[in-house]
Amino acid sequence: MSDVLLDAKGLNCPLPILRTKKALKDIPTGGTIRILATDPGSVADFEAFCRTTGNELLESKQDGQTFTFLIKRSA
Amino acid sequence: MAEPQATNAHTSNAKKMTIIVTKGSLDWAYPPFILATTAAAMGVDVTMFFTFYGLPLLLKKLDLQVTPLGNPAMKMPMMGMHMAMPNVAAMIPGVTAGATVMMKNLIAKKGVASIEELREMAIEADVNMIACQMTMDLFEYKLEDMIEGPTLGGAATYMENALKSDVNLYI
Repeated sequence: MSDVLLDAKGLNCPLPILRTKKALKDIPTGGTIRILATDPGSVADFEAFCRTTGNELLESKQDGQTFTFLIKRSA
Repeated sequence: MAEPQATNAHTSNAKKMTIIVTKGSLDWAYPPFILATTAAAMGVDVTMFFTFYGLPLLLKKLDLQVTPLGNPAMKMPMMGMHMAMPNVAAMIPGVTAGATVMMKNLIAKKGVASIEELREMAIEADVNMIACQMTMDLFEYKLEDMIEGPTLGGAATYMENALKSDVNLYI
């Protein structure tokens, strides 16, 4: 389970990242957010986003056309 | 809640990026705004310098257009194929308007943000926007026609930012 669920399905680059960044603001350190996306480019982008911002990508998986990312707000 | 991992507070230890924005057509408006908003989301202090044909991207009312004229790489998906338009057809009145409508339909259909939306997000993310004073004079734009937020500046203002930056782009 996650603290927040963000549905970014149907959105294209860079909206899934921008919406995630916005949602992360309201999550306390240690909290988690689950993101649903259909943009295949988001797989590499969420990895890069987390590496750069210091947030932790706990999970990245694909189920059919939908990608799911679980991020823990760190730092 | 404090936000240590990605503030855009123009702090000295954050990475910095500048973008010189020189083009104002519907297609060319995307790269600078996509990179500016994404960099800001990743904790980068971003400065955008709007000059020449990029300056109208700061107008309150945007009327962005795209033309296939002189752009052989612009191939639109159509009936499972990709169609380019010969220059002689692209110069016919109405073709620019038609291509613009097509592009905007594609943008909406594919879940791509509008330029207005990206610009709003750039402002929300405290992206530093500089309107080129010389271009304002040259093309007779007035500050009251521009959105709130951008400051006026020139080449030296840009250079001061660029010299302190990790990434400088010209688009």
